[in-house]
Amino acid sequence: MGILQSYKLRWKRKRLVFRAFRKRRQLRQVTDRMQGLPSQPILLFSTMRNERIRLPYFLDYYRKLGVDHFLIVDNGSDDGTRDYLVDQPDVSLWSSTAGYKQSRYGMDWVMHLLRRHGSGRWCLTVDVDEFLVYPFCETRPLRALTDWLDSTGTRSFAAMLLDMYPKGAMHEHPYREGQNPFEIAQYFDSGNYTIRKNWPYLNLWIQGGPRARLFFTDQPKQAPAMNKIPLVKWHRSYAYVSSTHMLLPRGLNLTYETGGGEKPSGCLLHAKFLDTFALKAEEELKRGQHYAESQEYRAYRQGIALERDLWCGWSEKYINWRQLEILGLMSKGNWA
Amino acid sequence: MSFGVVMLCHTALDRAAQVARHWARHGCPVVIHLDRRVPDRERDGLVQALTDLPDVRFSDRVACEWGMFGLVQATILAASRMLADFPQVGHVFLASGSCLPIRPVRDLERFLDANPHTDFIESVTTADVGWTVGGLNKERFTLRFPFSWKKQRRLFDLYVRLQRRLGLHRRIPDGIVPHLGSQWWCLTRASLEAILKHPDRSRYDRYFRRVWIPDESYFQTLVRQVSHRVESRSLTLAKFDFQGRPHIFYDDHLHLLRQSEAFAARKIWHSADLLYQTFLQNAEHAPRPAPNPGKIDRLFAKAVQRRVKGRPGLFMQSRFPNQGRGGNQSAAPYGVFEGFDALFQDFRPWLAQAVEGRVHGHLFASERVQFATGEAVFKGGLSDSATLRDYNPRSFLTSLIWNTRGETQCFQFGPSDVQEIAKFIAQDPNAMVFAVTGAFAVPLWRSGRSAHEVRGEVARLQKIEADLIALVDSPESKARMRRWTLGEFLENPAEPLQVIVDMLNPRVRQRRADLPRLLPLAGFSSFLQDLRNQGMQPVLMGDMPETLDSLPNGRAPVMSQPVE
Repeated sequence: MGILQSYKLRWKRKRLVFRAFRKRRQLRQVTDRMQGLPSQPILLFSTMRNERIRLPYFLDYYRKLGVDHFLIVDNGSDDGTRDYLVDQPDVSLWSSTAGYKQSRYGMDWVMHLLRRHGSGRWCLTVDVDEFLVYPFCETRPLRALTDWLDSTGTRSFAAMLLDMYPKGAMHEHPYREGQNPFEIAQYFDSGNYTIRKNWPYLNLWIQGGPRARLFFTDQPKQAPAMNKIPLVKWHRSYAYVSSTHMLLPRGLNLTYETGGGEKPSGCLLHAKFLDTFALKAEEELKRGQHYAESQEYRAYRQGIALERDLWCGWSEKYINWRQLEILGLMSKGNWA
Repeated sequence: MSFGVVMLCHTALDRAAQVARHWARHGCPVVIHLDRRVPDRERDGLVQALTDLPDVRFSDRVACEWGMFGLVQATILAASRMLADFPQVGHVFLASGSCLPIRPVRDLERFLDANPHTDFIESVTTADVGWTVGGLNKERFTLRFPFSWKKQRRLFDLYVRLQRRLGLHRRIPDGIVPHLGSQWWCLTRASLEAILKHPDRSRYDRYFRRVWIPDESYFQTLVRQVSHRVESRSLTLAKFDFQGRPHIFYDDHLHLLRQSEAFAARKIWHSADLLYQTFLQNAEHAPRPAPNPGKIDRLFAKAVQRRVKGRPGLFMQSRFPNQGRGGNQSAAPYGVFEGFDALFQDFRPWLAQAVEGRVHGHLFASERVQFATGEAVFKGGLSDSATLRDYNPRSFLTSLIWNTRGETQCFQFGPSDVQEIAKFIAQDPNAMVFAVTGAFAVPLWRSGRSAHEVRGEVARLQKIEADLIALVDSPESKARMRRWTLGEFLENPAEPLQVIVDMLNPRVRQRRADLPRLLPLAGFSSFLQDLRNQGMQPVLMGDMPETLDSLPNGRAPVMSQPVE
């Protein structure tokens, strides 16, 4: 790793930070409810569009984990998402009608909020269909984890995306508002992930799961990345490079051990494959605002057109975090 | 006789107040030392919260930087106050603000009353300590440490290196034998007074001011000079991780803590409501389960093990070992079979039975993955798509072995397969490669094509196989390999087969009576001769046995000699 490379990355980081700063004009604050937060709040950042039906469970899930405040950017919803969020006492809402794609899939907006409100605090950046599971999450709140990370001097925590899917076609089990999505999407792939080191960012690039298995057999390279680092003790100079897959400075990406041991890690259960998905895929295709020219969605639509069931005989049924740890998808590390 | 508690506090003062109240309510005087760096506002809050308790006092305050003398100073200040203010105190129990009594106060009282002259303090000579982290052991006492390890790490390291380079050593004062031990002790009034009023104390203090982490050595060392009975153990349960940081206890440790024999535990997470509630409110009367301290030890030993060594063969988001640190190791032993399926009619079912494992076809075949049962998806969700597999063959193989832990995996491999994985196999100590070299020619011969037609193909496959053998045979290779030329193998197939079974399924000691059935090979020798005549030299096959044409076709070969 030469000086030139570090210099390039440094510039890249500065560019990203500045870009987010420029995009701040696209954000209009709707509500600000951040007064009276505890001194070290745990904050959740998210961008969404038309997710009204998912919101009650999502907010509830993270409130129970111990998130103190939600900072949400609404990207032009027209299904009541915005009204619902305005009414929540622990949500500060911004809205933007600018292009999702042009803002690096919402990352520019979120990064601006991270910089403004997240510095020196533990920040969780997730999508509305991502549910964080970490070691001991049933018995220890998020604060226990962040306290422990603080005590070990760790600044970032990895949680790999785990695609959850139902048995049978997605439309067979309609999702009800407020319902735990994993009552429907109970299954996941436990051991078909490919990992490589992603030079020069030094993060691990993980692909696999049902999407790779079914929709990307011919072009595995295009399969979506599953590695994520959603929980970071933010500093104003940090930048997310691509979604929450990796960060700069890249020391933040070293969430894995190379000497043989295991560091602690979690999983983001991905409740994407519900009956709402077909609708979403259609909408996103039309908007053309999604990742890689909506290639991903195109691939899914073909899959869905075939009424393809993501389930297979070796699908694993989700029980709890301990199961994920035994399967080797996440680890307790030395947190006991 | 009663005992008093000295508490060193710096954060989570609400919890400290709760614990102090608990001690005081059960008749133990408490002296609290509050870190100088705690803001006055917070101090006032704590004082206010305890103002109704006459037996809770506050000592003078000094700043306590981790690893520095301040902590000892604080202890001395508070302990002196305790001895002066409460003449009835027989033992002084040292605790921190994040310590929690996990057994009834009365138990501790009874225990100390039964041992009125015993000092409970972990105190071990430096030579015998196994637990110090970071290599500084004896040197804690022979170098100078004026810099904070936490805040001035660079200076700290630099100064240590400088002293080592220059060979600087401090002289350990006469009469002192350095001992180390847990910071949390329980000393008798007599010993404590003897230490604090020792004629040489100012000299010792001067010395310990530049010792590293003196709170783990000051009292531990000096108690040896004054005490008549030292019981070298701490009454406080404290576990440390691999970097010397204390493990933290949470609500879900409740059951474990109740089985501990220690009287207090540290550190408790400040929001572990259930622990505080259980041990401070209900514990005095609750029946205790039978003590089982080993369970706690195991739990934390396992955590350290997981962090340092991890689960071999697992590659995941937070374990991705380098080449030399297990990056080339799969999770369990597996067998790679080169050439066997070309020689037998029913090799796979036979092998599956003999080694009691799962026998796949050619996992690395170029068209698709041949899983054992011919499924499109295998355990863990592995796809049979060759493109997916070839995108990252290493991940494919390590996942397969990881997913099937507890069941021996075997698969066929040959020169027509995608070879990229060979490098990994050669480096994997769990790989067992069994090869009948040259057997790849048998299917070509059986295809009925003439030697002229297939000679190019034979030459190509021979080259690939030779490369593979060289790779696995190289001195750097970690895989175990047994190989036979086709000629050797056909001389007596029973013996190699027994070797395979013994290696892959060592538990079964009795010999297999049934063996797989050889394909008819009459005429193969002349095929090889034809190849030679065409100008192609088959080298990997070895010399065909003369009896080849009369080998019992289609029947199991007979075991002729006992296996060594």
